Amino acid sequence: MDNDTHARQHFSYEEILRLIEPNSTVLDLGCGDGELLERLIRERGVRGRGVDIEEEMIRTCIARGLSVFQGDLDEGLKDFSTNSYDYVILNHTLQVVHRPDLLLQEMLRVGRYGIVNFPNFAHIVNRVQLFLGGRMPVNRHIPYEWYDTPNIHFCTRKDFQVLCREMGYEIMRVIDTGNGRRRLPLLSNLLSTEVCFLLRGTN
Amino acid sequence: MNANGSSEHGPRQGASPDSGSVGIVTPQDYTFGSTGEGIELESGTRFGPVTVRYETYGTLNAERSNAILVAHAFSGDAHAAGYHSPNDHHAGWWDSMIGPGKAFDTTRYFVICSNVLGGCQGSTGPGSINPETGKPYGLSFPVITIDDMVKVQCKLINHLGIERLYAVAGGSMGGMQALEWAVRYPERMRSVIIMAATSRLSAQAIAFNAVGRNAIVSDEYWNGGNYYDGDPPARGLAIARMVGHITYLSEQAMGIKFGRRLQARADFGFDFEDQFQVESYLEYQGDKFVDRFDANSYIYLSKATDYYDLGARFNGLEHAVAGCSSKFLIVSFSSDWLYPPYQSKEIVFAMMRQGVDVSYVELESSYGHDAFFLEIERQAPLVSSFLEGLDG
Repeated sequence: MDNDTHARQHFSYEEILRLIEPNSTVLDLGCGDGELLERLIRERGVRGRGVDIEEEMIRTCIARGLSVFQGDLDEGLKDFSTNSYDYVILNHTLQVVHRPDLLLQEMLRVGRYGIVNFPNFAHIVNRVQLFLGGRMPVNRHIPYEWYDTPNIHFCTRKDFQVLCREMGYEIMRVIDTGNGRRRLPLLSNLLSTEVCFLLRGTN
Repeated sequence: MNANGSSEHGPRQGASPDSGSVGIVTPQDYTFGSTGEGIELESGTRFGPVTVRYETYGTLNAERSNAILVAHAFSGDAHAAGYHSPNDHHAGWWDSMIGPGKAFDTTRYFVICSNVLGGCQGSTGPGSINPETGKPYGLSFPVITIDDMVKVQCKLINHLGIERLYAVAGGSMGGMQALEWAVRYPERMRSVIIMAATSRLSAQAIAFNAVGRNAIVSDEYWNGGNYYDGDPPARGLAIARMVGHITYLSEQAMGIKFGRRLQARADFGFDFEDQFQVESYLEYQGDKFVDRFDANSYIYLSKATDYYDLGARFNGLEHAVAGCSSKFLIVSFSSDWLYPPYQSKEIVFAMMRQGVDVSYVELESSYGHDAFFLEIERQAPLVSSFLEGLDG
């Protein structure tokens, strides 16, 4: 991971840390190497568990003393009890699952709140690359070619808002990020590179 | 994995002492309880005396806080690591995991392994002499359970003066014992590692055990379990072992290892002299097993695994694990059809619902149930990471 990516990831961790109430319970879906979870435990006193599919990531989490479950998010969260966590986090993972809508539904069944962040496909750079260049956008926010990308469901800030409305989820906070900095919610669908939503379910 | 190589519950061969070996080890015995005393078995019977054969590797620290109990699988024994003599070429059954610098690092941990109650490799079992009659118990040996094995191990741990184990670990039937430890003595260990195990056998797994037992009791030499002064039911026991070996391997592992190759010929002779390599392997495993295992122990131990149903005893698995306070690592193997991953997950989810600190890994492996002996390169870093993470 290059420094730039790391810095942006670091920033999104800071944002998520701020959203979470101290001493709550957290399920981190697609927890990767467990850095976020470890910080949540250390800095927010949460009780948390991670889920990831990659063996190497799981091993890294275990070495950190974290409690992790190796599983495939595309298989859903059926064995996780309803309302068993305060927060369910989906950090930079929404776009890689087969059915983001079903996973979202599961997240807000298992957790009271959902935190979802993802790259905003409607960002101006993407629009310019597609509109003027006539090619699928490839840039530092979405660095893959169309044929090898793990990102199979890109969406825009606005798309996600529409989905939440249709599914009846309350959007409690939206944090807009532009190149690793928080930005004012102005022309957000055009200018935010990444967005982070705090959602509340219907139950 | 070669035709004679390590497989479930069999010693590894062809290894030689190396820098990662614990070297030469001497088994020890601990005996407790006199006749009619001893322990109360799950069946309600009091049983004694009980001898426990065990080995230890590494050094117990002054605080007695670095002890790890390793529980062996169905046909394993107390000899988990190292060699018994300089000429011994059979390393202990988990030698790849236990030793200096290995997953269970004997420069840091004091590792203990004991032969189970009902076994035949030094601990009291049906082949042991009943002090009341001066003859082997045979079928007068009481029916024992996984729970009983654990109670006996606990006596040993008490005897060694260890209040709290650093970890209890095991695979297959050893994993059941580790799980039972966590439920029965939750305050006695910091962590638990359960591999390729289950909280209860499937009907299919019980069925294979039943075929094995049938092979033994159908052997004319079995004689109702009284064969200790004559020839043992070797053929029956060998067939039981062959059936067992089929269940320890996956279809893919067998395909890779043997394919459809013939043992001694290039082409079919159509004369019943043809032997496929897989047949030869099973014959070899069966015959080798007869030299080191007692047929009655096979019956008792396989029955103990059949009986094991942790959830049923506690009115649900969730209730069973509710009191668990240790940190857990549960590992399953994708191609294990004997104790399939979903059975490990049942334990994991019951624990998660009870807020138990549990991590779950499903290792992608083609080795089948035997994987916990064979997937060392990937399993070892998991175990060492987990043990280190305890202090993190």
